[in-house]
Amino acid sequence: MAYSNKVIDHYENPRNVGSFGADESNVGTAIVGAPACGDVMKLQIKVEDGIIKDAKFKTFGCGSAIASSSLITEMLMGKTLDEALQIKNTDVVEELELPPVKIHCSVLAEEAVKSAIADYNKKHTN
Amino acid sequence: MNTKKPIYLDYQATTPVDPKVVSAMVPYLFENFGNPHSSSHAWGWEAETAVDVAREQVAKVIGANHKDIIFTSGATESNNLALKGVMEFYKQQGKDHLIVSQVEHKCVLSSAHYLSERGFKVDYLPVNEQALIDINQLKDLITDKTALVSIMFVNNEVGTIQDVKAIGKLCREKGVFFHTDAAQAFGKLPINVDELNIDLMSISAHKIYGPKGIGALYVRRKPRVRVLPQMSGGGQERGLRSGTLPTHLCVGFGEAAKIAMETMSDEHKKIKALSDSLKKQLQDALPKIYINGDENNRIPGNLNVSFSGVEGESLLMGFGKTIAVSSGSACTSASLESSYVLKAMGVREDLAHTSIRFGMGRFTTQEEVNITAKHVIDTVNHLRHMSPIWEMIEAGIDLNTIEWAEGH
Repeated sequence: MAYSNKVIDHYENPRNVGSFGADESNVGTAIVGAPACGDVMKLQIKVEDGIIKDAKFKTFGCGSAIASSSLITEMLMGKTLDEALQIKNTDVVEELELPPVKIHCSVLAEEAVKSAIADYNKKHTN
Repeated sequence: MNTKKPIYLDYQATTPVDPKVVSAMVPYLFENFGNPHSSSHAWGWEAETAVDVAREQVAKVIGANHKDIIFTSGATESNNLALKGVMEFYKQQGKDHLIVSQVEHKCVLSSAHYLSERGFKVDYLPVNEQALIDINQLKDLITDKTALVSIMFVNNEVGTIQDVKAIGKLCREKGVFFHTDAAQAFGKLPINVDELNIDLMSISAHKIYGPKGIGALYVRRKPRVRVLPQMSGGGQERGLRSGTLPTHLCVGFGEAAKIAMETMSDEHKKIKALSDSLKKQLQDALPKIYINGDENNRIPGNLNVSFSGVEGESLLMGFGKTIAVSSGSACTSASLESSYVLKAMGVREDLAHTSIRFGMGRFTTQEEVNITAKHVIDTVNHLRHMSPIWEMIEAGIDLNTIEWAEGH
């Protein structure tokens, strides 16, 4: 499998690897995928005044899955939650030049964003 | 080997042709190009003699008579011929039951599937955690309708050696033919078809430093195994496999078999030392790694390891420029399925996705093993650092207790 240079760059130098405390009130956490499928993404956002100030990820998966989640943390920074919800998996596909067999990695990344925001919102509606 | 290419550790996939084998082959491409089946002139006789010598060399490795060796294009063809040929012949005698193990090579499973679609009854024998079949379970499956049992000698993915002797003994007692796919065993283990009661055996040349495109099917004549040919033609190879024999490939196969037999014991020791060294270096540096397959009862050239918390394809990506290996998971095929062999062995799905097969062979060096070990350790640590699974494992969370969102 030939990977694009952008995927290789994110794989070798992943951005924003790490974790926040999932219990912190301004943190939204998502864990999507399953080990049996070969992909698990953990995405966390830290929100201040409705704006994503920081994002961290950890991913178990192929290089494209790692790159997709690494890229998504970059894309999230500084966005409002509404803006973040507008991110589409196709944005990731285009940026990383993912081949068709790797589209599911970008889908998972989009799901992670939505799930992390849902988790944050849940904390704040209760 | 070309230094720009990664270190080759995929000897189960294929091997380089031994330079001595190349030298033996070359004269049969131009100078002695005759058709070995041309019986009317010296060109043909010369080629025929060369093929006869090769046949003898191959037969010798397994203690067989040279007449029992049918040259084919490789183990895939041999497996097809054995399964379809035997089953189709004995169906005429009311025997339509085939037993294969669940961890056979794809070509055996596909042939079995082909037969079951055409009305044959097929049983797929399960294996234990070491990829070994249970002889009692096999015994229970055999009926008076069973024509053939096909169980591989050495598993290509995990390297486990089956108890072929026990299987052969049982099959002989029950009056059932025993075929074994020995692509990964031939030339690497001492094999005697009579002592092991093997009736048919598939062999490949390119796994033993011979050329690609040639292999053989051993077909016992006493007691006689009948095989329905799968190809119509001139009736070469005892009528079982028509087509002009590729003299140069036969010669290369024979030479490779001869070298394999001469060097078997020394090579086994050398490769075992390399494999043990790699295993030790990895185990010393990395916690929670698991050897897949039977730890002792295995071909030393195969070290299949699961690296907990790290997905196989991402490992391969990290190895890319430095080491050439195979992954147990087949994510690249877009199926996102982990290896059916590891699944059959009951390896946990998260671990099945983390397996890598390191294949060492004749030309592997200790220096290559050391570079490999270091690079693997660095890559695994790099990936574990960013793995949520590894984070959970380190935190002591049981992965089985988590409800995963399946369906990807």
